[in-house]
Amino acid sequence: MKKAELMDFDKALELYEPVLGFEVHVELNTKTKMFCGCANEFGQGANTNTCPTCLGLPGGLPQVNRKAIESSIRLGLALGCDIAEASRFARKNYFYPDTAKNFQTSQYDEPIAFNGSLTIELESGRQVTVEIERAHMEDDAGKLTHKGGATGRIQGADYSLVDYNRGGVPLVEIVTQMIEGGEADSPEIGKTYVAAIREIVKALGVSNARMEEGNVRCDANVSLRPRGSNILGTRTETKNVNSLRSVERAVRYEIQRQAALLSAGGTITQETRHWHEDTGRTSAGRPKSDADDYRYFPEPDLVPVAPSREWVEELRATLPEPPAARRKRLQADWGFANLEFQDVVNSDLLDAVEATIAAGASAQAARKWWTGEVARLANVAGVAADSLVQPHQVAALIELVEAGTLTDRLARQVLEGVIAGEGTPLEVVDSRGLAVVSDDGPLIAAIDEALASQPDVLAKIRDGKVQAAGAVIGAVMKAMRGQADAARVRELVLERAGSAE
Amino acid sequence: MTDLIKLSAADLGGLLANGSVSSVEVTRAHLDHIAAVDTDLHAFLHVAADAALATADRVDARRAAGEQLGLLAGVPIAIKDVLATRDMPSTAGSKILEGWIPPYDATVVKRLRDAHLIPLGKTNMDEFAMGSSTEHSAYGPTRNPWDQERIPGGSGGGSAAAVAAFEAPLALGSDTGGSIRQPAAVTGSVGVKPTYGGVSRYGAIALASSLDQVGPVSRTVYDAALLHDVIGGHDPLDSTSLTDPWPSMAAAARAGLADGALTGLRIGVVKELNGEGFQAGVTQRFTETLALLAAAGAEISEVSAPNFEYSVAAYYLILPAEASSNLARFDSVRFGLRENPTDGPVTIERVMAATRDAGFGPEVKRRIILGTYALSTGYYDAYYGSAQKVRTLIQRDFDAAFEKVDLLVSPSAPTTAFKFGEKLADPMAMYLNDITTIPANLAGIPGMSLPMGLAPEDGLPVGLQVMAPAKQDARLYTFGAAVEQLLEAHWGHTLLSRAPALAPVEMFASEEGVI
Amino acid sequence: MSGITAEQVAHLASLARIDLSPEEIASLTIDLGQIVESVKKVQEVATPDVPATSHPMPLTNVFRDDIVVPSLTVEQALSGAPDRDGDKFRVPPILEED
Repeated sequence: MKKAELMDFDKALELYEPVLGFEVHVELNTKTKMFCGCANEFGQGANTNTCPTCLGLPGGLPQVNRKAIESSIRLGLALGCDIAEASRFARKNYFYPDTAKNFQTSQYDEPIAFNGSLTIELESGRQVTVEIERAHMEDDAGKLTHKGGATGRIQGADYSLVDYNRGGVPLVEIVTQMIEGGEADSPEIGKTYVAAIREIVKALGVSNARMEEGNVRCDANVSLRPRGSNILGTRTETKNVNSLRSVERAVRYEIQRQAALLSAGGTITQETRHWHEDTGRTSAGRPKSDADDYRYFPEPDLVPVAPSREWVEELRATLPEPPAARRKRLQADWGFANLEFQDVVNSDLLDAVEATIAAGASAQAARKWWTGEVARLANVAGVAADSLVQPHQVAALIELVEAGTLTDRLARQVLEGVIAGEGTPLEVVDSRGLAVVSDDGPLIAAIDEALASQPDVLAKIRDGKVQAAGAVIGAVMKAMRGQADAARVRELVLERAGSAE
Repeated sequence: MTDLIKLSAADLGGLLANGSVSSVEVTRAHLDHIAAVDTDLHAFLHVAADAALATADRVDARRAAGEQLGLLAGVPIAIKDVLATRDMPSTAGSKILEGWIPPYDATVVKRLRDAHLIPLGKTNMDEFAMGSSTEHSAYGPTRNPWDQERIPGGSGGGSAAAVAAFEAPLALGSDTGGSIRQPAAVTGSVGVKPTYGGVSRYGAIALASSLDQVGPVSRTVYDAALLHDVIGGHDPLDSTSLTDPWPSMAAAARAGLADGALTGLRIGVVKELNGEGFQAGVTQRFTETLALLAAAGAEISEVSAPNFEYSVAAYYLILPAEASSNLARFDSVRFGLRENPTDGPVTIERVMAATRDAGFGPEVKRRIILGTYALSTGYYDAYYGSAQKVRTLIQRDFDAAFEKVDLLVSPSAPTTAFKFGEKLADPMAMYLNDITTIPANLAGIPGMSLPMGLAPEDGLPVGLQVMAPAKQDARLYTFGAAVEQLLEAHWGHTLLSRAPALAPVEMFASEEGVI
Repeated sequence: MSGITAEQVAHLASLARIDLSPEEIASLTIDLGQIVESVKKVQEVATPDVPATSHPMPLTNVFRDDIVVPSLTVEQALSGAPDRDGDKFRVPPILEED
């Protein structure tokens, strides 16, 4: 096939209706792999987390990780799925060097969860309900690196290397039904759907949900149906679209590419395609063929999973509020404007702000501190804001400010002390001696000195030009090195000026 | 001390415990005998003489230090090459695994070591346990100690021949469709296929996961029971391992020696596993054994298992299907043979295909192709799916039979040991030889084979198969020990004492202590 | 007969990744035809009302706790490797993409 030309997106939509489908793979964050006790860790030395089972050595046998089953059931429930009364693993047979057993242990006709749905909200406010066909469990493959030839590409490589650390890591694959009626929103639906899945698995705590580390991976299926026709077009499956923006771009690209091809009288090949982040294109992979006869059959080395209804209900009780509903509720509770709320959400600080408010802080103060000073310091340190300081400490800090013990300026110093590990805000106040001076004695002494050294100002105040007091207040604050409450200083300045009469 | 090799494992255990002999002496006696006879017999693919003597020495030291050890501590054992051993090659009789030393021990091997048995080496087998004769071993066949022109049975012909030829008192086998019981029958030894899940499969190179079971091979029922007690019991590494508590099989076997152990026992004769197609001498010995049992007070009746006639067909669909997937891992990437294609580009796909062509023998290829076919789109329901339904029907036949009787019996194999090459050209004839043993594997129930005489027409051993309901392995041992006692009393000797002495030159060498 | 063709056997061999020679394909075509003819007997009794049995013992819910156990050492893991490069398994270039 020649390099695909693209049709203008609006023109493509005039002629064709896009039909979408997504397969999202979620890597679970269990301590061990799906079928053996090897550690499920990212970034370890090659082949350090392997055993006879995940290396596919002769004689190795699988043992199911209970936690992975629980996580899968909870994820299924969070997607509104039914949980199977009886579910089974099956072998999907195909040869590939990253697949140690040369079959993937997956699920076929009896997935753990099925018949769910997820409603997403687009930026326009349009709500789209995505029907979930199934969520099933399987194990991940090892990692291949290609050497020689064009850098890192499989084509033209001289040889390849295999690291099986990732082999056997638990995955849940979430498969949607066909999504019709997406129209011009189709690319955004893709992005928003994957974002919603990511948010849900994060809220459940079942995955680290880092797309950049491959914790959440998306395959996007796209086909086009000519307007006025009810016959589905041939679909392509674009593999491993691994960022939210790429999902949006890949869907848009496939719509434009397929439309160009179809309108020129061409046909779509049913094939896997590869997304190239750098060029923003997809390229043809392997066409579907009878080589895709995976010869599924029930995994004889594993027994059926039959979660009792009691267990399912126990797990249901552990589900967090759905992220979308929670966001709505929190914004209303806190009374944040849209922009304020988006700021918190986009900074991934919803949990931190919520916990800070729960610890007694006001909503606005919590938001201001987290998205302000804490976020700034985190940015400097290159870490996530919520890893820098505990919500209850931020709440304690806010309390000190609101009680007048600290000014904002002092509070920022205290925060640095807390982050530096010097203790609670109160302990930092004590050890650094940063509290606002609330004893009037030293203030009065400083005020009297300042008034005495600025007789012209004193005269103005006495003439009723109260705003002249500012100069005295500044001098006093300077003398107190900031550890004074400016409002109290002002009060006392006026009082002393009067009494000095 | 040449007699040491003729002793049972139980007797050796007794002598070792009371200090009459050392494990080093016992081990050396067996190694000497192996050195003398195994060149001809070829029961072993690997003999670990130095390691065995070193292990024996350590066990002797423990005993000398006053440690209380198990009943089989210091007793030598042969291990079927299908089991992973971290200090010996584990090839499953295949060229594709030539020289492969696993980085781990199978659970059963670990249990042997924990019980201080002495691994002598690895025994020959049909490649990946596919066969009934050891003719499919990539390393050449094992000979039957009764007649070296004949097969020792399979797949575990090496383990059976090793115990029958007094190279080891005990061996481990694996039984997918009769690979322990049929070799036991044709070599005059004892073999037990435990209830599916009774013994761990972890570290057993898989043939057909839903059929495979590891079990004991020995010369006496009691020895098999002692070994069963060592290797059996739950293993969390095998998800199909049963968690049930098991009674002592040794105690069950001892119970069989009591007077009246057979009185009132209801014995069912499986109508479909008798008569037509069975060698006359096999049927004759079977009929005589039933008469002896009846005279000893057992109640003999005939039961029908109408679906057994479909068992071979179901088995030869399920086994190849599972095997085609289990053997996919032999791909030249992580272990084993790597073979480059003779011409054309060297890509991993072509290297895998060339390796599997060069490394697998014809029977393995035949079954992989058959299994691939049975699982293919469009054929699954007709073949693999239907075979699984037959499995249900066979279980139902057993359930119905065990409502009427305590145990089922049949000849262990339709014939005595056949000659090398006799069935090699006709795969289906070879497959039909498994008719007696396959139903137990399909249903997961335990089965035992023990000697019941020599066929008059050829003077070769005939085996009695006993089957019990699932998890009632102990019943096999009680009954087996009783029958063994009854038959030996009737004959006035053990069956194996009638086996011809192996080549005199080697016997002489053995007496000289030449290794 | 069951009508197994040489083309079918060649296709099965490619699914099973075995580089069979033309002679092997020819002889396996005959073998497979005979065996299939014989084993199709299972269809006589495999009626829709009979449930399939995949496991001989009816176990369910056999799970392992999510606790890390020691892995093999890298040297053990690679001890049987036909070829390696550092701590990774080395394989010839991959023709097809998955």
